[in-house]
Amino acid sequence: MVQNIITVKNLVKKFGHFVANDHLNFEVRKGEIFGFLGANGAGKTTAIRILCGLSYPTSGEVKVGDFDIYTQRNDIKRNIGYMSQRFSLYDDLTVYENIRFYAGIYGLSRKEISTKSAMLMKKLGLEEAKDKLIKDVPLGWKQKLAFSVAIIHDPKIVFLDEPTGGVDPITRRQFWNLIFEAALEGITVFVTTHYMDEAEYCDRVTIMVDGKIAALDTPAILKKTYDAANMNEVFLKLARNTSTA
Amino acid sequence: MKALHDISFEIPKGELFGFIGPDGAGKTTLFRILATLVLPDKGMALVEGFDVVKDFKKIRKILGYMPGRFSLYMDLSVEENLSFYATIFGTTIKQNYDLIKDIYRQIEPFKTRRAGDLSGGMKQKLALCCALIHKPAVIFLDEPTTGVDAVSRVEFWEMLRRLKESNITIMVSTPYMDEASLCDRVALIQDGKIMKINKPEEIIVDYRFQLWAVRSGKSFDLLKDLHNYPGIHSVQVFGQSAHIAFEKSILSVEDLRKYLINTGHKDIEIEEIKPNIEDCFMELMVLDPTPQEKKIINSDSEGTML
Repeated sequence: MVQNIITVKNLVKKFGHFVANDHLNFEVRKGEIFGFLGANGAGKTTAIRILCGLSYPTSGEVKVGDFDIYTQRNDIKRNIGYMSQRFSLYDDLTVYENIRFYAGIYGLSRKEISTKSAMLMKKLGLEEAKDKLIKDVPLGWKQKLAFSVAIIHDPKIVFLDEPTGGVDPITRRQFWNLIFEAALEGITVFVTTHYMDEAEYCDRVTIMVDGKIAALDTPAILKKTYDAANMNEVFLKLARNTSTA
Repeated sequence: MKALHDISFEIPKGELFGFIGPDGAGKTTLFRILATLVLPDKGMALVEGFDVVKDFKKIRKILGYMPGRFSLYMDLSVEENLSFYATIFGTTIKQNYDLIKDIYRQIEPFKTRRAGDLSGGMKQKLALCCALIHKPAVIFLDEPTTGVDAVSRVEFWEMLRRLKESNITIMVSTPYMDEASLCDRVALIQDGKIMKINKPEEIIVDYRFQLWAVRSGKSFDLLKDLHNYPGIHSVQVFGQSAHIAFEKSILSVEDLRKYLINTGHKDIEIEEIKPNIEDCFMELMVLDPTPQEKKIINSDSEGTML
């Protein structure tokens, strides 16, 4: 039986007269890799901030991991992970300090922190870099570490906001290995990206245009529906000629 | 920490030249040196014949610069930003309007809107106009398409190609490998070193191996199974396909197909393909890795796609 881990019904978010999210309706299934795409200005970031419990909707129903967005925002925050391109780890703390810090915020015990951080550093090959400041660690490693830290508390859902932006092509693929592993372990992954080949790795993809959801389906069906060879073509067909310049 | 190691190159007038490489490759440092904002430790550089250290004032008059992350004043309107830049360079919007007309027309309807309230794609167009308003001989665009959606990226490159008609020399940096094919020539840069400089078509011709795109009904297992195939040089995932490389004339497609059927795959497609710039870039990373790159490549342990 398919279980929905995120439910969004008629979500509306307005900023003054401007409608950033215009009656969004969608569900995210447990364990899926859900791609959230859209042109700049389409309303993606607004929607993600609401799902992460960082902002209230203007109206509509939102449930994240069984918690209600209006009354249980703190429960939501405790049960999700988040990582973005722009902010992931603290540059002036070491690798180990960052792991310890985030694990602490997520409520892990000292023993859990000790075990998990050793496991994590071994897995990513970062043992030698344990006491290196993050600002001296190359970007690709930083992003892989940030992802691992975002799921260190085994959240039900992890939100990834353009996690592979500007990263070299080999590391990008290694990063997606980590995402696949997490999904296999049952973590639902909600990811946005500007790399259209990455859209192909998602179980389902939604494309936002002008505050609305213009399409939502598996990459295979989207390509058939829009007579496209790949997700890049699907995106261009949907997102071109919109009112947001 | 060395950001750039012995970089040498020449760009002829009117060329559209791209620096293709990930964050941390040294692109921004290089651009800042050439834009006379940072001093090199060794070596020399000339822009339009002027030395970046001795004649920096002369360079600054004829250079248009769009740094990574936006160069706009968020609390000024579109029109105010453009007017400000024109004034600093001792000109007016009217004087060189023809040069920016095609781009500016797209944002003109929003000319009284604050730059901070523009979408990413619009900010990019405005920043480009501001970099061009004084009719520079050369422009440097540092990652102008980073964080911008696929549609805006396509439009931006169309604008750049049209700019070439005005014989402006354009130097662009980008982490997006697919944008390399839109340049006259590119430098593939990683960890402060240039791995290759050439026309994109030539880089592709130079690729040493034979490449195939393989698909099957079970994409995830496909990568693992391909990894185990004898003689295979590399496996990289590209969306729904796996790109596999072999030394020339080694692979028998029929043998590979049999192998995949035996490992339980159906709907198998195997097609020989030309490499794209990303294939070439990854191969160069692996061929002659820097210590940093070695660590990246070797850090891939269990359950890998690579």
